[in-house]
Amino acid sequence: MAHRDRVMLAADIAEFFYQEADLLDERRFEEWLGVFTEDVQYFMPLARNMRHDEIGAEFTSDKEIAWFEEGLVTLQQRVKQLATGVHWIEEPLSRVSHLITNVRVLSDETCALGREVRTSARILVYQNRNETETVLLAGKRLDTVRETTDGWRVCRREVRLDQNVLMAKALTTFF
Amino acid sequence: MTSPYRKLADSSQGLIDRSIFSDETLYRQEMQQIFGHAWLFVGHVGQIPQPFDYITSRMGESSVIVSRDGDGQIHVMLNICRHRGMKVCRYDSGNARSFTCPYHAWSYSVDSKLVARAGDLFGVPGYEENYAGILDKSEWGLQRAKVEIYKGTIWATWDHEAPDLLTYLGDMVHYLDSALHHRDGSDTESEVFVGVQKWRVPCNWKIGSENFMGDYYHDVSHRSVDLANIGPGGASRRDNRETSMHRSTSVCFRGLGHALVGTLPHFEEPEYLPKYPDNPVAMAYDREVYERRVKNLGSGMRVITQAGAVFPNFAFHGMQPRTLVVFHPVSPDEMEMWRIYLIDSDVPEELRELLRRFYLRYSGPAGMTESDDVENWVHAHHSSKNPVAQGVPYNYQIGLGRTKPVEGLQDAIDGGLVTEENVRNFYDRWADFLEGTPWESPALRATQGGGD
Repeated sequence: MAHRDRVMLAADIAEFFYQEADLLDERRFEEWLGVFTEDVQYFMPLARNMRHDEIGAEFTSDKEIAWFEEGLVTLQQRVKQLATGVHWIEEPLSRVSHLITNVRVLSDETCALGREVRTSARILVYQNRNETETVLLAGKRLDTVRETTDGWRVCRREVRLDQNVLMAKALTTFF
Repeated sequence: MTSPYRKLADSSQGLIDRSIFSDETLYRQEMQQIFGHAWLFVGHVGQIPQPFDYITSRMGESSVIVSRDGDGQIHVMLNICRHRGMKVCRYDSGNARSFTCPYHAWSYSVDSKLVARAGDLFGVPGYEENYAGILDKSEWGLQRAKVEIYKGTIWATWDHEAPDLLTYLGDMVHYLDSALHHRDGSDTESEVFVGVQKWRVPCNWKIGSENFMGDYYHDVSHRSVDLANIGPGGASRRDNRETSMHRSTSVCFRGLGHALVGTLPHFEEPEYLPKYPDNPVAMAYDREVYERRVKNLGSGMRVITQAGAVFPNFAFHGMQPRTLVVFHPVSPDEMEMWRIYLIDSDVPEELRELLRRFYLRYSGPAGMTESDDVENWVHAHHSSKNPVAQGVPYNYQIGLGRTKPVEGLQDAIDGGLVTEENVRNFYDRWADFLEGTPWESPALRATQGGGD
């Protein structure tokens, strides 16, 4: 792909990510579920301190323990839990801002399910809970977005937080 | 004369002074008297399967190296260089015959070909010229803990006079077995999933132990997750087939401090009820495991644990999700939780995945159940420091005086399902340790060969 086309594509997908961030930060969780395909894989591995020659295994992989490993059904369950009004870790709701930057296209391919673009980005997520409680999490996000008749949809998301021991009592924000 | 600790944690009245959660001096005493003496869970053998595999773990505030030597023996050593205090290992896991301090390069080995005892000092740069015969390497090895392995779980204590682990566990071991054993009732070792969840929670470590030792009263915390149907078979929170057939209650062990919510001993399996109606592979395996369980256990004694805790800071779920957790103290106001997850090694891939994903949506910082707990713990902890409330005790009076012994289990007390007896009993044991006499407890008698 020509450089200019790749940059245009990255900007287009970044716009989609910004819209998604607005849905989350405006707490429109039901609508937010619409950014995913039915077969979405949503994954946040653990980061481990490994020796330099084993650093490739820094993040846990598929079939190991993670912070999150979700499909659309369990993401729906989480949104349902938020809506109960008795999910104490998000009642009252936190104030959250998702900042997404460094959005780049890694590949653009067409597979059996349609056109899929792999992207990488950085995220910075700020959360304020109750009065003074704050959490600031940064990391890398690897998304695969699929082109559909309704526009881009996320079909795979891997979030690599820059945290070994998680400095948050809970993860109740989506990434 | 009543010790100050039993005045602060008055189990006879069910009144607990809030300073036990926030006082810096008491916390320092806990680190010495409890975490310097008690048996502490440090890991699972499945985390270090090969010769010279190691993990770094924690015992209280201390980082420790848990290492398997070339002969398969497991050693637990304080992760502090004897020379000037640098950590000798800063990796979470790996494989190494020796650990070299990055500061001045003293090295310690676990290889019996290099040193007499695992953890002994092996290499000292400039040993001949700088120390000229004044340094006896055999006296400068890493500090070693006493270690025992129980059905895959690794335990360690700094107190070399501590009673053996089975004595320490007493008949609580039956409840621990219900988590560690294969679902078919045999003592086949479980597999541990790769990856330890570690996260900080700004509350006192004891609040974690309290929660898991059988505080059924806090079930209201989890109403939101019950409404979301997250069970692996589509049921509300878990698929508690087993406990639906037996009365659950709270059991604690006098003089030991351990406690749980689960069943009293029983002698036959409940009737089979399908757990995974929508998954033929999982359902067939579950049925087969049930048949094996009936055969393996026969008319022998068995118990079921929903959640249980071993004094001071280890807890487990016996059924769903199968997980072990440790509440490591960081300061009076903060703990670090570590969670690992178990699975039977012969579980079909499909069910293994179903359960792993269920574990992750139930437990851990992103767990839909666990997250609600920590919100309550953190705010409750904060109140322990409130100046207006100082001297106003917390109320632990549910079920006060309503207890009966459990038939067939030594020193076991049945407090009924909703009770705070388990926590009152925990604080009696806490006082034993702080008074400096933990091993004088009459409950510390040898068991008859553990949980088999």
